[in-house]
Amino acid sequence: MKIAVVIFPGTNCEDETRYVLGERFGQQVDLVWHRDTDLAGFDCVVLPGGFSYGDHLRAGAIARFSPVMGAVAEAARRDVLVVGICNGFQILCEAGLLPGTLLPNAGGTFLSTWVHCRVASGDSPLTTGIEAGRVLRLPIAHGEGRYVADPDVLARIERNGRVILRYSDANGQVAEATNPNGSMAHIAGIASEGGNVVGLMPHPERAADPELSSQDGIPLLGALTRGNGRATLDAPVAVGTASGGASSVSTTRAGARRGSRPA
Amino acid sequence: MTVAPRGSIASPTTSLTDAEYATIVERLGRHPNAIEVGILAAMWSEHCGYKHSRPLLKRLPTTGARVVQGPGENAGAVDIGDGLLCVLKMESHNHPSAVEPFQGAATGVGGILRDIFTMGARPIAMLDSLRFGPLDEGRSRYLFHGVVAGVGHYGNCMGVPTVGGEVYFDPSFTENPLVNAMCVGIVERDNLTRAGAGAPGDIVLVVGSATGRDGIHGATFASAELGAEREEQRPNVQVGNPFLEKLLLEACLSLLPLGMITAMQDLGAAGLTSSAVEVAARGGRGIRLDTARVSRRESGLTPYDVMLSESQERVLLVVPPDAVPRVVEYFARWDLHSDAVGEITDDGEIAVLDDGDEVARLPIPLLTDDVPTYVRDARPRPAPAMPALPPEPADLGAALLALLASPNICSRRSIFRTYDHTVRADTMIEPGLGAAVVRIRGTTRALAMTTDCNPRYTWADPRRGAAIAVAEAARNLACRGAEPVAVTDCLNFGNPERPEAYWELSEAIDGLGEACRALGVPIVSGNVSLYNETDGVGIKPSPIVGMVGLIEDRTTVVGGQFREVGDAVLLLGPVGAELSCSEYLGGRGPTPSLDLDLERRAQLVVREATARRLLRSAHDCSDGGLAVALAESAIAGNLGFLGDPAIPERLLHEAEAAGQSRRLDAVLFGEGQSRFVLSCNPDNLTALTALADEHAVPIRRLGTVAADGFSWSGLFSLATSEVSLAWNRDL
Repeated sequence: MKIAVVIFPGTNCEDETRYVLGERFGQQVDLVWHRDTDLAGFDCVVLPGGFSYGDHLRAGAIARFSPVMGAVAEAARRDVLVVGICNGFQILCEAGLLPGTLLPNAGGTFLSTWVHCRVASGDSPLTTGIEAGRVLRLPIAHGEGRYVADPDVLARIERNGRVILRYSDANGQVAEATNPNGSMAHIAGIASEGGNVVGLMPHPERAADPELSSQDGIPLLGALTRGNGRATLDAPVAVGTASGGASSVSTTRAGARRGSRPA
Repeated sequence: MTVAPRGSIASPTTSLTDAEYATIVERLGRHPNAIEVGILAAMWSEHCGYKHSRPLLKRLPTTGARVVQGPGENAGAVDIGDGLLCVLKMESHNHPSAVEPFQGAATGVGGILRDIFTMGARPIAMLDSLRFGPLDEGRSRYLFHGVVAGVGHYGNCMGVPTVGGEVYFDPSFTENPLVNAMCVGIVERDNLTRAGAGAPGDIVLVVGSATGRDGIHGATFASAELGAEREEQRPNVQVGNPFLEKLLLEACLSLLPLGMITAMQDLGAAGLTSSAVEVAARGGRGIRLDTARVSRRESGLTPYDVMLSESQERVLLVVPPDAVPRVVEYFARWDLHSDAVGEITDDGEIAVLDDGDEVARLPIPLLTDDVPTYVRDARPRPAPAMPALPPEPADLGAALLALLASPNICSRRSIFRTYDHTVRADTMIEPGLGAAVVRIRGTTRALAMTTDCNPRYTWADPRRGAAIAVAEAARNLACRGAEPVAVTDCLNFGNPERPEAYWELSEAIDGLGEACRALGVPIVSGNVSLYNETDGVGIKPSPIVGMVGLIEDRTTVVGGQFREVGDAVLLLGPVGAELSCSEYLGGRGPTPSLDLDLERRAQLVVREATARRLLRSAHDCSDGGLAVALAESAIAGNLGFLGDPAIPERLLHEAEAAGQSRRLDAVLFGEGQSRFVLSCNPDNLTALTALADEHAVPIRRLGTVAADGFSWSGLFSLATSEVSLAWNRDL
């Protein structure tokens, strides 16, 4: 599988995301600068965590206007796998590629802690093959993770089984006490109607290594990388951009020195 | 030497004394103009000039086989194998944080990150050492919450995990809180960058943020006592933009390997003035700057303002002329300013121009080597006497619960859960119990890191207290099997013109030196913050020790928490029934004793036991003594402890033999040094005991890890849940 990990100014989880997908799961991973407008040839696009544009205004609110987002939307439309982790989830919601929005945590502060999440649906690129009800221990680290959607939107995603992860206790019971940020319906991750776009606040890439304190991100990323994806962007996608500085193809190979990133 | 009144020259915002001003006039052969006075006052401030600390700092050990860069650069660097260097530095941002806690702390984090990445290193971890007044005071709560939010705001946005640190609450910090931030980075040896000027004609660039009025006089502000008018100093506090810094970090680190950068220097205290002077001084050159070429974020800035602004997120670069267009273009891609503001000269002077007209010119040595140093009168404060001990409590369990819940001992989770400590996915041991561990991908190694300094000990005896800070830091690293490789220190003291405060500084430096020599660890970088004093009352002396240790094989690392029911629980080290100066006694009495050779041997045993995989957990005994260490190991492991009923009598006997109190509360809560609580598979007991015997370090089994209950016959019998509840409280 060929995976694009998109870097916006302020993204800060690209390195470990590339490392885990590339070196632990053996995928070909390219880092893609946000000014690129071409995602041709990728089977999967990952928007990693961080603080794109410093979370100024609202998390993800500025990144959705980045030149690359046209190609991300095109990828989503063409059934290519698109995954947003943390800030990536926020960007996908801001861009309208996933329903709902992510508001400041109910507790009012940034929260970096381990949580348990119950797999709510096995019908998504991240949860295929994982039995519903399985509990995963994953880290979260966010200030704006409270998932909110209109009642009818929430009803629809629940009805269609588009909630993929819910915050729970270690036994899979959901309750206010184990909901770290006040998300509606304890939602930690969702999938799009088409199923190919997913977003989640927990960081599976921080829990995918035997040396770290949990390996529960492995089933999620394993599900993502097990197949060959659903579709591939096979032709360059021409997308108008506001920026005159947009370059053409300037991705770097997995494992490339970090120095060559935005050349 | 006699001291003239301070702050009497030119303007109330300069801190030059009359005598200093006279010296300057004599050296220059003329009166300096207003801009020059501003430059001189900044460079001759305590903050930049280390006037009081420089002669004392010479006593510290700064060399060693691993040392690649000692003090004098943006940060120190040590060799950690595999062609990699570990770069580390700790710095204070106390004065700004006392006035504007959120921005003060945030920009402190920003500054220390720049110190690391201007060495070419990728920051991999942050730690913070904080001191406040008691939290039942409104001002202390305001400062505490503001500082914690500021540290998190900046560090989280930068994507650098904050993995450790410590906090103490003590009335001496009510008016003068301490905010010390430490950063650790990694760089390939060949990419280590320094900050010495290149050849005459090389171009000087200022990159990053545009320059504004914020922080003007920050250096001089940080070199004076905070008075009642401190609220008026709020405009002297800089405002941070971590997003811009993140761009600057990525731009600088990706540019460095291309070989176009001769020197890189953070713009920190005293802004463009100090970084230009330092770059020129290190290279033995001169420098010419035109302030009109510096991008501004507001109009009406004078050359004086531009030279002294402490606007954040700026870095000074020295670049050969032919590389300038590429460098400028490079930063433009990151939407960052890069202004060619001047050039390196060979005249040994700093010349400041305003759109071509020279407005200031001073010899570089006058701003560096010629900054006067002062050796003050030191007046020792008598060591506190041992107070009469209160009667032994009838309920030792209740006493333990009270200690576990005390602000200086209870869990720090409510702080570190607001800091992203898992970003980069390399944090193997997270904050919470002892030293954190961060792995180095692509190698078998990991780094353990910690900050330590107990203000009770340094108050009662600055020298031994400082030595204990070093010993405790190394002890924390030993628990992770890490060999200490480098120290960065942050020396926070009161007004050095007060003989008692000067004595504290001098003694603490000697204590640091003694312990570092005994444990074989060099001090490679640091920072001095004096004048932490209000109305003539100083803080408790705080020589904060930041220490990094190297773990060769990270698969051997164990945490501080008990792991398996049935494991043997042991106390390694002396019995340590010294109640003096303990948290239990409210810090009264002289500092506990410290035997540095025993300390070294005890640490060796723990490191070797870890390397041989004999241990299942290791935790040091510090605040609250043995009982608190046992409780913390149990709580963190969600397990209990069952003490051997025969052991208390044996410990009492040991205490008596050592000339200590034959009291159970002293055994449980005494803060004797050089002690570890270990747990191991009972099968490893013989090997572990033999190892301790080999190094002549006492060891005895205290009991067993239990599934539930925290009890010791005749001492206490507590439910695991009540022990956990007492400790796991929010601050």
